[in-house]
Amino acid sequence: MTATPAAPARISATVSLRGVVKRFPGLTALDGVSLDLAPGEFVALLGPSGCGKTTALRVLAGLEAADEGSILIDGDDVIGTPTNKRDIGMVFQSYSLFPHLTTIENVEFGLRMRRVPAADRRSRAAEALELVGLDHHAGRYAHQLSGGQQQRVALARALVTRPRVLLLDEPLSALDAKVRVQLRDEIRRIQTELGITTLFVTHDQEEALAVADRVAVMRDGRIEQIGSPEELYARPASAFVADFVGLSNRMPGCVVDDVVLIAGQPLPLLDPDSASGDVHALVRPEDVELVDAHEAGAHAGRVLTTSFLGAFRRTRILLDGGAEIIVQHAAGAACHPGDRVHVRLTGRPVAVAPR
Amino acid sequence: MTGMPGAGVPVPSRGARWAILGVVGGAFAVPLVAMLEFTLRRGLEGGYDVSRWVAVLTGSLGPEYRVLGTAIGNSLVLAAATIVIVLVLLVPTMIVVHLRLPRLRRVLEFVCLLPISIPAIVLVVGLAPVYGVIARAAGSGVWSLAFAYGILVLPFAYRAVQSNLDAIDVATLTEAARSLGASWPVVIGRVLLPNLRPGLLAGAFISVAVVLGEFTIASLLNRQNLQTALVIVQKDDPFIAVIVALLALLLALALLLVIGRLGRIRPGRTS
Repeated sequence: MTATPAAPARISATVSLRGVVKRFPGLTALDGVSLDLAPGEFVALLGPSGCGKTTALRVLAGLEAADEGSILIDGDDVIGTPTNKRDIGMVFQSYSLFPHLTTIENVEFGLRMRRVPAADRRSRAAEALELVGLDHHAGRYAHQLSGGQQQRVALARALVTRPRVLLLDEPLSALDAKVRVQLRDEIRRIQTELGITTLFVTHDQEEALAVADRVAVMRDGRIEQIGSPEELYARPASAFVADFVGLSNRMPGCVVDDVVLIAGQPLPLLDPDSASGDVHALVRPEDVELVDAHEAGAHAGRVLTTSFLGAFRRTRILLDGGAEIIVQHAAGAACHPGDRVHVRLTGRPVAVAPR
Repeated sequence: MTGMPGAGVPVPSRGARWAILGVVGGAFAVPLVAMLEFTLRRGLEGGYDVSRWVAVLTGSLGPEYRVLGTAIGNSLVLAAATIVIVLVLLVPTMIVVHLRLPRLRRVLEFVCLLPISIPAIVLVVGLAPVYGVIARAAGSGVWSLAFAYGILVLPFAYRAVQSNLDAIDVATLTEAARSLGASWPVVIGRVLLPNLRPGLLAGAFISVAVVLGEFTIASLLNRQNLQTALVIVQKDDPFIAVIVALLALLLALALLLVIGRLGRIRPGRTS
């Protein structure tokens, strides 16, 4: 695994997890996970805490041993290969810079392990720091950097060895909101620039949808659905995915002749084969609108809460029938808790899940 | 006692702090000053001089005091051997338990702290037959006491290293180094040990202080170290024995000051 300075960048590898199972005492963390990453693809593993996403990443990195299944990187089965021989780059959730080394020494560490000559090592580390915009902090120690800067250095350190795969284990979760968004976009820019195959673990659906080419939603050790962000949002394969990816109103309905009837109003189905009979219709807040009382299909209700979110406002309404519904509407539409309002479904296709 | 504005925990006022320091410092200082005063006495003729201190510090004592030189050499060898035993056995064990066997941490802690609750005389009773075997197998050199001293210093060394282990994210640093291509020896040598340096040095210096002050085990196992030699010298010349005891205390104090200083040093910065 010794790379020479002249070695070409070994990026854009394929990655395949095939039927990977990982058990801990009393828990199956991964229950037959299969996932393929195309060369240069950015895939996000998304799911709630304990769904197995970090375990999947750690198994791929070799930090945990898989009990069953195979892991292929560029067609090579790496199941028996120790972490330090897998040629991966990894950025961790917690700050992982070596405290006794300066920024540039941290970035050089992986090159030192590969016995890259000192002069080349220094220039490549400087280039990597420049890539993340921290070349002027080369002589600083970790405690002299902010959280965002530390994660950028960790990213430079992971990339400088030109690994076959980049693994990101919730690298933004310890950062404040603004830095998160900046670094998220920066990660995507660098990944696109280098074309490195990347697996990104996050529990933040907004983060996953914003940066990934494809998103795999995990639940209880299994991949529930994998697809482009648009597919996941518009055509969730299950109620869980619809709930987890974006906000949904779960409303009782009945599928009849390729439409779902919700409170008597027929709505087209996103996927006509998804379910039949009594179902939960999953209606996005933007598919509900505030209307005047005399409009056809209007339901009366009372405003419970309303939140100003910049370009739009999200309002929770208690319908007269007892159900609650969330409406996303223009920020200008005045709405106060206690107001009487009327809502109507827009008629856009909806996803359904068996009741 | 006064409360500091904005702080949740009340702190003593400046006057109270000085009073506490005075009382505690006095309790320590009185016997030390008495020892110093004793070493400066001229004897029956009365008055004070520094002739004995000069003799000790210039090494111009008579041949009857050579035992002291031998004993100091023995104690230094024992201190070094004890540190090696602690570093070679205890530190890797603690790292392995911390990373791979966290369930055993309480067991290791219990075992390491046990010697502090066992009187040295009881330890000797248990160790005597063991040393019989050691003497037959490897001779009865003074260095062999280092095994017993390794047990004796375990509680102090354990605490020093464990507090350092708790202060750094060992698991993440290890995994980061592994993902960058480091082998296990490199992880330990280039990543963990440099970050455990304050704890290791503190453990080592505390071990030196304990070994230099140990008497019971050496005496009962018939080995000669600084403390047993002081008892012998004291019978002929109590003044010299007290001077050497004071010097040993000064060395221990210097070591503790170095430990305190090391605990505050961070790479690239002192706080």
